[in-house]
Amino acid sequence: MEILQIAVITLVKILIVVTLMLLTVSYLVYFERKISAWAQNRVGPNRVGPAGLLQPFADVFKLLLKEDIVPFAATKSIHTLAPMLALFVAFTTYAVIPIGPSVEIFGYKVDLVVADVNMGILYILALTSVGVYAITFSGWSSGSKYSLLGGVRSSAQMISYEISMGFSIAGVLLFAESLRPVAIVNAQSGLMWNAFVQPIGFITFVVAAFAETNRLPFDLPEAEPELVGGYHTEYSSMKFAGFFLAEYANMIIASAMIITLYLGGWQVPYIEKLGLPDYAVVLIQVTAFFVKMGVLLFFIIWVRWSLPRFRYDQLMDLGWKVMFPLSLLNLIWVAILIMIMN
Amino acid sequence: MSLESVLFYFFAAISIVTSILVISSKNPVLSALSLILNFAGLAGVYLTLYAQFIAVVQVIVYAGAIMVLFLFVIMLIRPEAERNYFQERKSFKMLTIGIGVIVLGQLMFLIISGTSMFTSGGHSEQSLEVGTVERIGWELMTSYLLPFEAIGFLLLAASIGAMVLAKKKFE
Repeated sequence: MEILQIAVITLVKILIVVTLMLLTVSYLVYFERKISAWAQNRVGPNRVGPAGLLQPFADVFKLLLKEDIVPFAATKSIHTLAPMLALFVAFTTYAVIPIGPSVEIFGYKVDLVVADVNMGILYILALTSVGVYAITFSGWSSGSKYSLLGGVRSSAQMISYEISMGFSIAGVLLFAESLRPVAIVNAQSGLMWNAFVQPIGFITFVVAAFAETNRLPFDLPEAEPELVGGYHTEYSSMKFAGFFLAEYANMIIASAMIITLYLGGWQVPYIEKLGLPDYAVVLIQVTAFFVKMGVLLFFIIWVRWSLPRFRYDQLMDLGWKVMFPLSLLNLIWVAILIMIMN
Repeated sequence: MSLESVLFYFFAAISIVTSILVISSKNPVLSALSLILNFAGLAGVYLTLYAQFIAVVQVIVYAGAIMVLFLFVIMLIRPEAERNYFQERKSFKMLTIGIGVIVLGQLMFLIISGTSMFTSGGHSEQSLEVGTVERIGWELMTSYLLPFEAIGFLLLAASIGAMVLAKKKFE
């Protein structure tokens, strides 16, 4: 293929993914509010548009029109940079996650992934490790105690859980013998989903994903009774919305990662035996990806409204004394499995 | 100009500008931020040299892990108060300048005289293969097996040691 053609196709893919992400994020906020209302026996947003469906747009406009307040003690350049960094990490990570197999559109073979990088998993790990800075910098640059404490807490939390996350991913990589997300999905054909093959790794990864996205029960960086708002206490208007968007985009990425690494990606077990035409198979597979994602997102929100928050020392205990040894155990289990299978 | 050289000059420019910012900015946190950007620029340069694994590891290890540690220290001990360090120790300042000049001289010598040392003949296909994870893993497991195992053992011991130390403090 010519360079121009590749560039055009990639640009179109990027546009589609970013638009989809923004729409999903805004409606994820809506669903979060609806599910929390359901969990607490309330009605939830129902005023703007039919059944409150236009609520996300109203929220965004409200945030856009608000005054942007920068504290006097803040370091302005970094204060502005931090939410941009958070959004940058949230949106670029999605580039390597495949939502379906390659398809033929108007005679061109198109992979349903923005970039099929041969070290995609490392790329994601690199970006998540950079994501810590968004929170650290926002906490530091606000010039406020609450923000700084929230930022420091959050960085410590993310670093601690990155370890068990890395070890859980290592188990998946050993099995797939590749760092390409597409190859990892292909290695989980049939019912060989990693969630079934290495259940301990699945659990440690899911817990680490919760901690990395700062969601309850691990949302200590923004624990309201102790830290006001945590690292984004001093943010208002669109900068606050940036953090807000990034948090929900990170939830989407976390669930997409869980699907790709452990739940077979776009795969539907034994679909090829039904003898359906190719386009129908692809359509079902892409739908399956989004259904899995929807279930996981519901699970993440459900957990938030069911569980109380950990204390800080409990969080560190869990990360270092439970999750880390468990993920090592998983690695040994995978090694033994590979030995037996060969 | 080919796409590769455009990218090379782009990343090289980022690395140079940010490394100057590291030493010139008054605020230590801004210096740390510039150093992170510098690592990112270097990772880009590695990419143009087809060293994809080193590029990603550069970001994960240096930008992602080591700089977080730096930032923690900077943010918690607030070295802005230590700004007069060199004003109090004049002789120390001379020493640092001396070391800087020596290192600069060595670098200049290498660049001017030693260009033939770095053979630019390595063809892209060859270096394309050398940079992949598969190739590096293969080398680690064959030629460098003993050092690799030793490092693995050391790292495991270190991580267990860190856990034990942390546990003692909490109890």
